[in-house]
Amino acid sequence: MAKAFDFPGGIHPPQRKALSTRTPLIQAALPTHVVLPMDQHIGNPAEPCVEIGQRVRTGERVALAQGMISADVHASITGTVTAIEEHPIPHPSQGKRLCVVIERDPNGDDDWCRMPPLDWRHADEDTLLERLRHSGVVGLGGAGFPTQIKARVRELHAIDTLLVNAAECEPYITADDLTLRTYPDDVIEGAQLFARLCGAERILIGIEDNKPEAVEALNESLRRHAEDSVPIELKIIATRYPSGGEKQLIKRLLNREVPSHGLPADVGVLCHNPGTLRAAVRAVRDGEPLISRVVTLTGEALARPGNVEARLGTSMHELLNAAGLKEDELARLVMGGPMMGFALDTTALPLAKTTNCLIAATEHELPAPPKEQPCIRCAACEQVCPASLLPQQLYWFAKAREHDKAELFNLFDCIECGACSYVCPSHIPLVQYYQAAKGEIRERRREAHKAEHARHRFEFRQARLAHEAAEKEAKRQARAQAASRVAARTAQPSRQEPRGEDAATAKEQVKQLRIAQAAAKAALRKAEKALARASEAGEGELDDLEVQVATARENLQATEARLAAAQKDEQQGEPRQ
Amino acid sequence: MLELITNNEILAAIVALLGLAAAFGALLGFAAERFKVEGDPVVEKIDALLPQTQCGQCGYPGCRPYAEAISQGDEINKCPPGGDTTIAALADLLGREPKPLDGEAQDIPKVAYIHEDECIGCTKCIQACPVDAILGAARHMHTVIESECTGCDLCVDPCPVDCIDMLPRQRTPDEWYWPLPDGPGHRPTSVTPTLIATDRVSAIGQGAGHG
Ligand code: SF4
Ligand code: SF4
Ligand code: SF4
Ligand code: SF4
Repeated sequence: MAKAFDFPGGIHPPQRKALSTRTPLIQAALPTHVVLPMDQHIGNPAEPCVEIGQRVRTGERVALAQGMISADVHASITGTVTAIEEHPIPHPSQGKRLCVVIERDPNGDDDWCRMPPLDWRHADEDTLLERLRHSGVVGLGGAGFPTQIKARVRELHAIDTLLVNAAECEPYITADDLTLRTYPDDVIEGAQLFARLCGAERILIGIEDNKPEAVEALNESLRRHAEDSVPIELKIIATRYPSGGEKQLIKRLLNREVPSHGLPADVGVLCHNPGTLRAAVRAVRDGEPLISRVVTLTGEALARPGNVEARLGTSMHELLNAAGLKEDELARLVMGGPMMGFALDTTALPLAKTTNCLIAATEHELPAPPKEQPCIRCAACEQVCPASLLPQQLYWFAKAREHDKAELFNLFDCIECGACSYVCPSHIPLVQYYQAAKGEIRERRREAHKAEHARHRFEFRQARLAHEAAEKEAKRQARAQAASRVAARTAQPSRQEPRGEDAATAKEQVKQLRIAQAAAKAALRKAEKALARASEAGEGELDDLEVQVATARENLQATEARLAAAQKDEQQGEPRQ
Repeated sequence: MLELITNNEILAAIVALLGLAAAFGALLGFAAERFKVEGDPVVEKIDALLPQTQCGQCGYPGCRPYAEAISQGDEINKCPPGGDTTIAALADLLGREPKPLDGEAQDIPKVAYIHEDECIGCTKCIQACPVDAILGAARHMHTVIESECTGCDLCVDPCPVDCIDMLPRQRTPDEWYWPLPDGPGHRPTSVTPTLIATDRVSAIGQGAGHG
């Protein structure tokens, strides 16, 4: 494919990348202690599996992934676990989360605990997936999606192209650039590994033309790897924000449109960031779990900006100080890029798996945002939206909380790139409006789901109580009958007449209970089928369905108990007729 | 008569069809009676709009009974956990006028928390909980499964040693989201793009032709 296609919109903000590319990638000093948050990824937080006082070695697992979407966490230094407690984490909410704190050994050794190396070209697929599952690798581009789930994409989708997303289009950030310059072989080997796992026939590397050194390094490495199994092609594209958006890059390089609400896998593409590929290959080939990452330290408040490879959990304060932080000039600390990142209140935060860039900006460099003005309907936002949305419309809907309409206008296709806010002459924080609207919609869905779940739990309890009551009643009746039989034997009764009526109502009751029993059986079968189908497809709310099956079972048992009691009643009545 | 029918094809067809119709009609009627499913679609719809907290503040023993009562004509403004949103949704569904809430609105979602060191294991709270959200056996301490608790308050009163508190439900970072901006005239609370306002001025000044 010689021709590059194009995505709509886009902007050309100043790059400011040169700030951090002048010096080579360096290794940060080993920290004296690390704080490892339990959620550094999308999905469920991991659960600590170490105790306070326990000695851990570098690479040892300290927390276990929970549920389907989650990732393990590993010790990034050798030392002693001194605390498992809530600690501030780098997150826009500025909240605290559970963290494992490790104090480094006084003697300062970096004693590794590695997994056995694997030859990924020959090892079987399950072994490789298992290894990725236990190595804590997540998307290092900033999103933090657990990599092993992406590696399993083959189970549901046919993939023909593995796309290495090296566009790195956001200003300031150069972590991928330096990773590619320094470790091109690892990245390419990682791409081959993933091509094998997802069954891709070719590998495309998409890179913007503002990284000539990285391109040079890649080309050289490609010459060395000429005999590799899956063909690799390097695609250089013109620099334009946000060409590094997955959907935008796919459109640009392959002319494929990822459908609304869809994933790249829907059009046969799997995207990975170079840093993630390197981390994956290190986990497989060298047996080293994810315990460090490359982070860009930049901004004019730093005397020595550049890229460092640092252990996860290192305090940002330490890293920034090592880069020559001029505290009196620091006006704002931003994690991520200036377009999609967020401001941090403090430097007393740990480096997380998703921390790709820290910008220590001066007042002059990133001034406080001006006041928001009313929308003048200039439509500048529409011209730059790379997702072909109508940002102005979305803004009105979000503001008025008209969520249905916002969804109708594809709010969820917004990639929050910020191009619209960037050009808006009224300084409207458009992205924040969209984020708020998305958040409210998601919360409403969550609440609805929670309500549905509570309803099923409530119904289950009702059924359980009914079942218990029915059984008690049956037992009581049995006792009463036994007593009356004894009484009947001793004194011959003359109660023939009412017996007849009793028998008639008993018969009627048995009939009705039989119908109820059939209905309860049908309901149980239906619930069981739904559960079986859902667990086969691996989707839907399994626990909710399980509660429904249990409810149906309780209901059936309750009717059966009542039926048995009524039948006994009936038989009792009959011989005397 | 029989001859007439057998000789006349059209009549024969009609009779055959009529016979079939009668047979299937009877079968359907029997099936409807035999496999009658309980439940009223309107009640289901109303129930789906209620918050399912099962707290009984509406005066009924749970959301479903209240849904039934609404379908029989009871007021739609008796559910405090649902608040105005639920009233609006119900008004919309039933074509009635929305009314102000009868009672005090709930401010924030809460969950029950049992002080386990004070719990005497009397099981009274378990019996009160409408969704089986409390775990524990007789004379052993009890604990609340936070994800199942609806915050209905019903376990608080029965506790003889007052060891249950209702605490605000914690939000995970996944549940957190940016609040809606304050609107024109205010400075944005979020960070992003307006940050590089100076860049934009210079970018536009340079004709946005950055490489
Ligand atoms: S760019 Fe800003 S002012 Fe112009 S239409 Fe869009 S939201 Fe309104
Ligand atoms: S933030 Fe959303 S609406 Fe704005 S330009 Fe980007 S994709 Fe379009
Ligand atoms: S007040 Fe609302 S939440 Fe509580 S039981 Fe009644 S309908 Fe359900
Ligand atoms: S634990 Fe208490 S507050 Fe929570 S649902 Fe059960 S009874 Fe209600």
